[in-house]
Amino acid sequence: MTLYPTPMPAQAVGYVPLLEVDNLQVEFRTRDGVAKAVNGVSFSVDEGETLAVLGESGSGKSVTALAIMGILDSPPGFVAGGVVRFRGEDLLALPEEERRAYRGRSISMIFQDALSALNPVFPVGWQIAEMFRVHEGMPKSEARKRAVELMERVRIPAARERAGDYPHQFSGGMRQRIMIAMAIALDPDVLIADEPTTALDVTVQAQIMNLLGDLQHERKMGLILITHDLGVVADVADKISVMYAGRIMEQAPVSDIYARPAHPYTKGLLESIPRVDLKGRDLSAIKGLPPNLMRIPAGCEFNPRCPYAQAVCLDQRPPLLEVVSGRSSACHFAREVLDGSV
Amino acid sequence: MAASSPPDEVVLDVQDLVKHFPLTSGVVFKRHVGEVQAVDGVSFQLHRGETLGIVGESGCGKSTLAKLLMRLETPTSGKTIFKGQDIYTVSGRALRAMRRNIQIVFQDPYSSLNPRMTVGDIIGEPFDIHPDVAPRGDRRRRVQELLDVVGLNPEHINRYPHQFSGGQRQRIGIARGLALRPEIIICDEPVSALDVSVQAQVMNLLEKLQNEYGLSYIFIAHDLSVVRHISDRVAVMYLGKIVEVGSDVQIYERPTHPYTQALLSAVPVPDPSVRGRRQQIILAGDPPSPANPPSGCRFRTRCWKATELCAREVPALVVRPGTDHESACHYAAIREDVVVHH
Amino acid sequence: MTDVGYLGAAAEPAPPGRREDEPPSAGPGGAHRRRGKPRSLSRDAWRDLRGNPIFVVSAMVIFILVLMAAFPGWFTAKSPTFCDLNLSRGGPSSEAWFGYDVQGCDVYARTIYGARASILVGVFTTLSVVLIGGLVGMIAGFYGGWVDSTLSRITEIFFGIPLLLGGIVVLLSFPSGADASEWQTIGKVVLTLGVLGWTSLARIMRSTVIQVKHADYVMAARGLGGSAIRILRQHVLPNAVAPVIVYATIVLGVFIVIEATLSYLGIGLQPPVISWGVAINQATEFARQSPHMLLFPGIFLSVTVLAFIMLGDAVRDALDPKLR
Repeated sequence: MTLYPTPMPAQAVGYVPLLEVDNLQVEFRTRDGVAKAVNGVSFSVDEGETLAVLGESGSGKSVTALAIMGILDSPPGFVAGGVVRFRGEDLLALPEEERRAYRGRSISMIFQDALSALNPVFPVGWQIAEMFRVHEGMPKSEARKRAVELMERVRIPAARERAGDYPHQFSGGMRQRIMIAMAIALDPDVLIADEPTTALDVTVQAQIMNLLGDLQHERKMGLILITHDLGVVADVADKISVMYAGRIMEQAPVSDIYARPAHPYTKGLLESIPRVDLKGRDLSAIKGLPPNLMRIPAGCEFNPRCPYAQAVCLDQRPPLLEVVSGRSSACHFAREVLDGSV
Repeated sequence: MAASSPPDEVVLDVQDLVKHFPLTSGVVFKRHVGEVQAVDGVSFQLHRGETLGIVGESGCGKSTLAKLLMRLETPTSGKTIFKGQDIYTVSGRALRAMRRNIQIVFQDPYSSLNPRMTVGDIIGEPFDIHPDVAPRGDRRRRVQELLDVVGLNPEHINRYPHQFSGGQRQRIGIARGLALRPEIIICDEPVSALDVSVQAQVMNLLEKLQNEYGLSYIFIAHDLSVVRHISDRVAVMYLGKIVEVGSDVQIYERPTHPYTQALLSAVPVPDPSVRGRRQQIILAGDPPSPANPPSGCRFRTRCWKATELCAREVPALVVRPGTDHESACHYAAIREDVVVHH
Repeated sequence: MTDVGYLGAAAEPAPPGRREDEPPSAGPGGAHRRRGKPRSLSRDAWRDLRGNPIFVVSAMVIFILVLMAAFPGWFTAKSPTFCDLNLSRGGPSSEAWFGYDVQGCDVYARTIYGARASILVGVFTTLSVVLIGGLVGMIAGFYGGWVDSTLSRITEIFFGIPLLLGGIVVLLSFPSGADASEWQTIGKVVLTLGVLGWTSLARIMRSTVIQVKHADYVMAARGLGGSAIRILRQHVLPNAVAPVIVYATIVLGVFIVIEATLSYLGIGLQPPVISWGVAINQATEFARQSPHMLLFPGIFLSVTVLAFIMLGDAVRDALDPKLR
């Protein structure tokens, strides 16, 4: 991963983060009950910064992204609380027409499966140009020219000739680039990437992450990378929020968390993944399964699987508190985990 | 992980396997317009008690190879020798005996089990097909024993697959593969579809079973970290051919083929402190189509070392000068800057 | 990553050898936990159906109709064949709830007795269509290659023959004599419609079988050395049968209508066989003067067809795994 120095956010008085999520709560109301998919999530991201939201399936990471974008399937999903502030403005409080103005222009999103995110019956050049036609009222010919420029920027070979091709005529990696082109067309300030490379081969993944890094640096975008891959996070992220069962379990700068995790879940994950550069470790698996979101365990959500669980973990839900400067963890024994004494 | 003493006995000898799928066009009378060269001359040997990892990206032919080794497809040419016989020429009783000894575990836990059969019936089916392995009265007990061995509750013998999680279903698939006490199990991406925290559970199970039952594995996957963890030797596939094969240390620490080197440089390492310690190789473009592979060396269109010799002559998989394991490259040379050394 | 958020909880062992403690809660709707009772997909479907008002209503209607067909005497004491010309075209009264038809027969009694023929034709035609079409589709889909090509071409030829028109032509070419028994006439109609109407079902079966045969669990069975019969019986058929069931319940209603049409045209069932189509035929001439003769058999016919279609809809929704 090409390295760019992370700009330090100005922590002066009146400092407003580019995008801030504060105590977001999302519920899914179904016939069988209410599932708390997102249960009090807070994080922020600044220009040029990459925040990784790490979690497995059922952790609520994708739902959080959809709620930020305002494209949650509702019903059955409902934002039950919290705020999402873009440059200080609460997006959740806005009516839909105003909200739409932010989508694509200020905050943009790319998804895991490019084939289902792209319309199969329109050529890709047309779809990219649509961003310009619809949002900026550009005339067709100029929009098309800009679309081809974008395709070249995302390194699609023979862009001009291929602008008339349909999504199924491209490979997975190329489709992902097209989706990226659409997402950055209007120069958004924040890009949310939901598992952008999970479905791709590892060499293609490297290409795409490389491209995202270049684009981010060039345009000073804030990047929220949603993933389950600890390797990708280590490569590209500046800070990381680890999600489990709808809540953030740990937040830290990336450089610190791998060597010294402060939450048993993070610790368990790190100990259970095989590494290409190490051989012959015993993988110690986390026992059990992620919880049923309709019946989250009392106390700490992780307690049925936690090797260090004590009586207090079964009763009291640990809030996300600062452990050391710049790092927080939702564990009653975060200090001990951090020190390595458990 | 096999036992510490080096395994010598060859249990499976694959010789020059070729599988070309014909491409036809036309509705009523189909014209032969070309061939997808899915597997194009693959040879290797599997030793008793060893795990041979086969790694490659999409389109390399590894899934087709898995089906060929199970005789779920018959090759266009080539042999696979098991117990002195070519598995593609046997029939009748010899074929049944062969099937008992080579079994498979599939990737997708959701489609590898018949949703309308109970778990007991699924695991018991091998006994129904091969009644000589277990007498009728004994079957239930054997099935429960298998459930126990893979870490599931034997009392759940009457449940249906949809009542289990992905990881548990994978265990059921493993139990089914184990039922006839085969000598060889082909694992076709067995953990790719599982959550990170569950992958380690299943991998540990596979290793435990190998030690307990003296199994030999062919472990096919695209995730290099996973393959490294479990394999003794590794073969790298590209566009239907094996391009490099060696022990895990040889491949992962002293790769000689450019494709392997590019692959390793692209694998993200879950450790931010290694950022910048590896040389990044970004391959250009997409892999060529298996229906229309390049002449000579198939990797030459993306290789930085390619010369006119590479277009002319197909490089053989042999030990190249200056290296200690087989590689199919005219200019094979160890390159250590793409891997992290500890 | 295809592992979508798992809605169940269980504790799995960390060190090998230890077992699970807690049985996983059974899928969505996990509020019910009947210990030990297996929850199959059919059982889940049945649970859904029981709660679906559309299914309940249509099933009740069909049940009543079946009773009517089997035991018409329970519904009316009158005989459908006792006709008094003096009462011809009499309107509904307390004596005869539906009035009298042109020959003075009790319309209510004839409607009740007519249920039998209509339903028998519907059921038997559907059965034969399922058997013929199902077999052809399954063999074509499973074996592929030239078998598939041949069977598909045959299917297409039959598909090109319009059902109603073909039925008319065949039945006109082989007219029933006046002394033909009720069963013979019904049998002829069933045979005609069955032979002409199996093609849609064959196509449905074929495409489902093609999908299913590529599933990993079928590959696993082949890898174990399972014979083709076993694979068809155990793996392919149970998983391919759902769309067929849905189609069959819907098409049952369609066949009843077609029979009514043929009888109305005078070539299907004919007097003295009683069916709704026959009754409608006889009533059209006097539709304006004595609408009651047309109305009541017509209503029964419509309600029956509607019930079968609603049933088919409900069954389809219940069996669709994507809707769970």
